Formats: sequence, structure tokens, C-alpha cells
Amino acid sequence: MEVLNSLLVGPLRDIVSAPVFFAEVVVGGLMAGVMYSMVALGFVLIFKASEVFNFAQGAMVLFAALTLVGFMERGVPVGLALLAAAAVMVALAVAIERVMLRPLVNQPPLTLLMATIGLTFFLEGFGQLLWGSNVKELDVGIPDRTFDVGGMLLNQFDLVAAAVAAVMVALLAVLAQKTTLGRALRAVADDHEAAMAVGVPLKTIWVTVWSAAGIVALVAGIMWGAKSGVQFSLSLIALKALPVLILGGPHLDSGRHRRRSHHRRGGKNRRSLLGAAGRGGHRELVRLRAGDGLSAI
Amino acid sequence: MIYRETGQFKTSYRRDQAIFPIAQDRWFVVAALGVAFVVVPLVANEYWLQAVLIPWLVFSIAAIGLNLLTGYAGQLSLGTGGFMAVGAYAVYKLTTAFPELNVIVVFLLAGLFAAGVGILFGLPSLRIKGLYLAVATLAAQFFLIWLFNRVPWFFNYNPSGTITMPPRTFLGVMVTGPEATATVRYLVALSFVVVFALLAKNLVRTNIGRTWMAIRDMDVAAEIIGIRPLTTKLSAFAVSSFYCGLAGALVFSLYLGSVETLAFDITVSFEVLFMIIIGGLGSILGSILGAGFIVLVPIFLTNVPRLFGIEVPVDLAKEVEAMVFGGLIVFFLIVEPLGLARLWQIAKEKLRRWPFPY
Repeated sequence: MEVLNSLLVGPLRDIVSAPVFFAEVVVGGLMAGVMYSMVALGFVLIFKASEVFNFAQGAMVLFAALTLVGFMERGVPVGLALLAAAAVMVALAVAIERVMLRPLVNQPPLTLLMATIGLTFFLEGFGQLLWGSNVKELDVGIPDRTFDVGGMLLNQFDLVAAAVAAVMVALLAVLAQKTTLGRALRAVADDHEAAMAVGVPLKTIWVTVWSAAGIVALVAGIMWGAKSGVQFSLSLIALKALPVLILGGPHLDSGRHRRRSHHRRGGKNRRSLLGAAGRGGHRELVRLRAGDGLSAI
Repeated sequence: MIYRETGQFKTSYRRDQAIFPIAQDRWFVVAALGVAFVVVPLVANEYWLQAVLIPWLVFSIAAIGLNLLTGYAGQLSLGTGGFMAVGAYAVYKLTTAFPELNVIVVFLLAGLFAAGVGILFGLPSLRIKGLYLAVATLAAQFFLIWLFNRVPWFFNYNPSGTITMPPRTFLGVMVTGPEATATVRYLVALSFVVVFALLAKNLVRTNIGRTWMAIRDMDVAAEIIGIRPLTTKLSAFAVSSFYCGLAGALVFSLYLGSVETLAFDITVSFEVLFMIIIGGLGSILGSILGAGFIVLVPIFLTNVPRLFGIEVPVDLAKEVEAMVFGGLIVFFLIVEPLGLARLWQIAKEKLRRWPFPY
């Protein structure tokens, strides 16, 4: 009885008796969640475009932050260092596509997951080899003071982080939904073959997506690095972002579930170049439901 | 010319269904076992046994366990480290509570405990699969490690939080504890690997193994032809966790001797996953080869510069090692996505036709 009381009744009583503190905890939790969501965003980007679960996202965060700090330590001004780090991430994306993804086209997802785990090791070693493995400070001039809003203690840094995350999400949503590139991206996610058949350049799309994920990793690296220093543990954030991703759903708006509903509704995407991809997806569903399963048994 | 099945006629169903149907294979296996049981203990030194062979053997069992679950039953799991921890802590609790209990029995009981825990954490597999199941088992990993860290009962309330294997004998020979020689521990680990690899090899050819593969290939179709997903998936989790628990027990008592939960953290789960992917999904031999690869490569990489007389600073060596290790994994996946077991198979095919190209 006492246990039940302390579990079920106690918290509610606390909420009522200290509403401001409750709000502060809720806001603080949301802010922490936003930080994780920045890492998870990179996962979603790549998962959406290639059905590859990119385990190396955490390592990319670490690598991007290390590169940025490395440039800044060598006296490069902040703006230029940012551009340089972004350029490095794009170059990395090109290299990954050429060396790793292209030979692995059409392999099962587990193989690709494994390859990104290999990439994780490589990036962790490479980044620390290039820029050193000691803990580094990262200061890009984000204010970090706490202030008071109606009794609630808020941190300016957290607010900036939330704003950055919101802007990033908005940008990526517009990119995925409104631009030709986004359409091509979703087409590739639906069905590689069909997308290629209607002329979507698969390689360019992958490079673009990995570059975008690299830049998202850079932003996440800046925020995390400024908060807790640039160090090896940044790479492990990926694991903590994993539940974020699963709870949120990696298929956010172009995965299989959505595709099914499209078909049921007649599919608005048939109008666009996604039409071919949609039909391709349908064929794939049929295959999944009956074909190779039965013959395999 | 040497490796060819010509002239070996199978005159009974028994012979036809043998695990090693070709005589040359049987001789090879017998020779390999002879080398492992007799020659290696005679020639290998303490370092080789302790740092290379014992970890290879104990992780082979874990890899076989995960391969039964992921490679044969198709359920992706990231909880291997947690299940291994269950085995290790079960051994510790059992052997400290019942010191007179035979240590081999303790190992097997520890495996059974892990199997029970595995069934419990396998329950989500009835509802979810793929990446989602992987995250559910990841939760098992974190929960179990947390449990063994936070509940002092599991480490007998000792202040350091580490568990140490007390000395135990089997047939009058010291098997565990600081007194046990590396040779004895190697032989015990080897016996376990041989027995349980054979068991696994046979298990996947039985009804149970076939239902696992049916569920892996397509769960809906398997259900339609009358395979129960509940018993199939849970039995896969149970058997897999038994192997993982046994491996954890052996890691604790034969390899490390004294562990804390750090020895079974998430990196172990990933390492075992590497082993089965590098070795080959759905292959018992692949599990053993993959375990060898993952255990040997880091040791090899640390020793290569020393062979050439180059002194590399420790942190630099560690980073280069990570790079080469990651690079090798990607390289292997590109060259042979089906793993080392497939390479072995290709080599055998080539040998059969040798010296002709086809």
C-alpha cells in the first residue's frame, strides 16, 4: 500500500504542491530531449533515403566536432572553421559513397549496418589520430547563462539548442517535402530500382544524403561539444539517441507504413515521379507477402 | 586430387545424413581436434593460451549462441553481453552458495538461468522484429548490467563490486581460481566448445532448427504451415541465451577469473555480433572463425609494429588499431558479404576440382 501510494499518489501531490519546479523539470527534460533529437535526425535522414541504419552517426558527430576544434586550435576564425569542417564532412560523404556504399549495393540491411559499425571504428580512430584524443573545449560563442522566468530557471544555451534543432528540423522537412531533391530522395527510399528506372541518380542522392547527415552531425557536434567538451564519449551519444529514434519512428514520412496508406488512398504520389517508385513498392510488397518466403521453405 | 568424394558410397540413411559425409572431412576434423587437444597444450606457452586461445574459445560459444538466434532464427539481438553477465553472476552466486557443487554442473546451471532470462526478454520478439527488436534487446542489455551493478546481493555485498571466481576442482584437478594452470583452463574451454558446437550443429538439423529457419525466412508463411511462432521464437531465445550464459560463465571463471559488469557491457554485444557477421550468419563454423578473427586481429595489430622493431606510442597504436579494424570489417563485407564460412566453402569447392579449373 505504501509503495503504491509513493508511486502513484506521491508524484501527483508533489506536482500540485510545487508547480513551478514541475514545469522546470519538464522543460529541462524537453531541452535534453532536443539535444538527443539532433543526433537522431542524422539517423533518420540516412535511414529514409537508403533504408540503411547508419550506426556511425555518433562517430560522425565526434569526427565533425574534432575537425572543427582542430581547425579552430590552429588559428582559423570560427566562420571559416565551420565552412572548412562542413567541407570535410561533404568530402567524407563522397568517400563513404565511393569506397563503402557503392560496392555494397543490394546487400541485406544487416550487412550495411555492419559496414557502418566498421565505419564507426574507422572514424573514431581516424578523428583522434588526426586531431588528438584529449578532451577539448569548444567555444563558438553561444551564451551560457541561466535566467529566471516566473520562478523557473532556464538556460540560455538550452534555448539556443532548441532553436537550432527546430530550424534544422524545419529545413529538412522543407527539403524532403517541397524540393525536387526531396522527392527524389523519398523515391530512392521507396524503391531503389524504380527510382533509378525513372532517372533518379542514385549515387548523387546518396552523396547528398550523407553530406546532409554529415552537416547535421556537425551541428550536433557543435551543440554537444559546447555543452560537455569534445571527447570520445560524443560517439556514444548515438546509442542513447537510438531509443529516441525508435520511439519517434525512423519511417517518419516515407517508410513502408506510409506507403501502404498511400495505396489505400489511391496514392497522391502517383502523380509525381514517385508513381513509378510506388508501383515498384507495391510489387515489392507482393513479393514480401508471398514470393520468396514460400519458395524459401 | 586428394579432396574428392569419388568412390565413397553411402549405403545407409545414417551415413547419408552424417555431419561430415566425406571421409577426408572426418579425417580433417579428427586431426584438428588432435592438434587442439594434444599438440597445442604441449607447445603453446602461457601467453598464447591465456591471451589468444582461451578468449577465442569462450567467445566462440557466445558467437554460436547469437548465431543460433540471429543467423538461424532471424531475431536480431543486442543483449548478448547482458545474457553473458547473467551466466557469470549465476556461476558466482551458485558456487559461493553451494561450494560442494561440481563446477561443471554449476556452468550448465548458469546457462539454464540465462536461458530463463532470455525467454523473458525474448517475449517482445512475438510482437516486433528487426531493428525494433534489436532496441528491445538493447534494453535487456542495459537493464541487466544495471541490475548487477545496483543490487549488492549479486556480488555478495563486497565493497569493490567485483566478483572473483573461487578455486574449484574437477576430477581432482584445479579448474578455476588463480592456482589453475592455463593449460587446464584451455582444455576445459575446448571441451565445452567441442561438445556444444557439435550439439548446435545437430540441433539446427532437427525439427527445432528447421522451424527456426522457417520463421527466419518468412514468419507469416511459417505460421501458415503450422509452426507456432511463440514456441519457436522463445525456444530460439532460450537456447541462444543458454549458450551466451555458458559463454559468460566461462569468460568469468576460465578467462578473466574476476570481473565487474564492465566486462559484459554493450561493446561485448557488438563484438559478438561482429563475430557472427564476419564469420557468416547461419553457420556454426562461421561463428568459431568469426570469434577467432575478432579476438586475433587486435592482438595481431598490436604486435605487427613490434615485429618490425618500430616503437609506437600506446594511444597512437590504439587509434591506428581502431582504424585498421574498422577498415578490415568494411573490406571483408565488400569482398565476401557472406562471411568467412563462405570463403571456407569456396576454398573447399576449389580444392575438390583441383588441379582443374572446373
